[in-house]
Amino acid sequence: MSAHDHADRDRTHGGAAHGSLRGYLIGFVLSVILTAIPFWMVMTGAMDNKQAAAIIIMAFAVVQIVVHMVFFLHMNPASEGGWSMLALIFTVVLVVIVLSGSLWVMYHLNANMMPGLHEMREMP
Amino acid sequence: MASSAITAVAEPVFHLEEEHAHAEGGSTMLGFWLYLMSDCLIFAMLFAAYGVLGGNYAAGPAPKDLFDLGLVAVNTTMLLLSSITYGFAMLTMDKGRVGATQAWLAVTMLFGLAFLSIELSEFAHMIQEGATPQRSAFLSSFFTLVGTHGLHVTFGIVWMVTLMVQVARHGLIEANRRRLMCLSMFWHFLDVVWIGVFTFVYLMGMLR
Repeated sequence: MSAHDHADRDRTHGGAAHGSLRGYLIGFVLSVILTAIPFWMVMTGAMDNKQAAAIIIMAFAVVQIVVHMVFFLHMNPASEGGWSMLALIFTVVLVVIVLSGSLWVMYHLNANMMPGLHEMREMP
Repeated sequence: MASSAITAVAEPVFHLEEEHAHAEGGSTMLGFWLYLMSDCLIFAMLFAAYGVLGGNYAAGPAPKDLFDLGLVAVNTTMLLLSSITYGFAMLTMDKGRVGATQAWLAVTMLFGLAFLSIELSEFAHMIQEGATPQRSAFLSSFFTLVGTHGLHVTFGIVWMVTLMVQVARHGLIEANRRRLMCLSMFWHFLDVVWIGVFTFVYLMGMLR
């Protein structure tokens, strides 16, 4: 029984951990497309609205990171009994807090340090 | 005297026999994944530093004066190609073909070296123009972030050469397969970080 379990786990583990040729090719084609579009957008200046362009290329990056996670790093909720996914979710939460927190705090710090128009007006 | 009598009465039981055997290296993949996640936090810090300082040019050169997006696109292609060729190395490793695995690893290493040399020539060009890390906060954080990624790629290549020697000497034994799988995760992870670099640093820098 235990030998059977072991063989069973080995087989599923071997299949899931390394992916397949089809998986790698799908991942590669998707990431080529997801890389080419933002580069094309910025290099040709296809978007006049820079803020919208920035949001779009960030969205492409997020999608491409997910594609790499799924097709190249073979992330799925079941790998390593769910512990990899748990560690990933924890890390993503930390990364979001670090990035958004730093940018938010430092942006406001910069904005408040600059003698803005309304502050200058209030000066004697 | 007394102690021996006590041990005879209350023999401690540890239930060691119920602990099933763990295969060697059974937890390596999870442990390596945790390492990668902590590495991810290092990069998060560097990205945050770049995000905060990236606009402080100190009257020096800005991204538009320095970056050559065509070169970055070539660099991205190199890293992406090295990712898929490493995937092919893993697939041939699954089939137990030593020669093909070594060949794909060599191709991956060449793409990695191409990436590194393009990046180094870009750095050299920037430094020649006076855009050194000391020039402004933007350049300090740029060189730290992109340089740390480049260092990771360098060590990935050193690791790859080491494993190619190991595979040549011992073949695709269980330990070598495990090591190759760890390097696979490391290599693909570096590609994921590079997605963040080219989006956040290069593309957004040109939009600014």
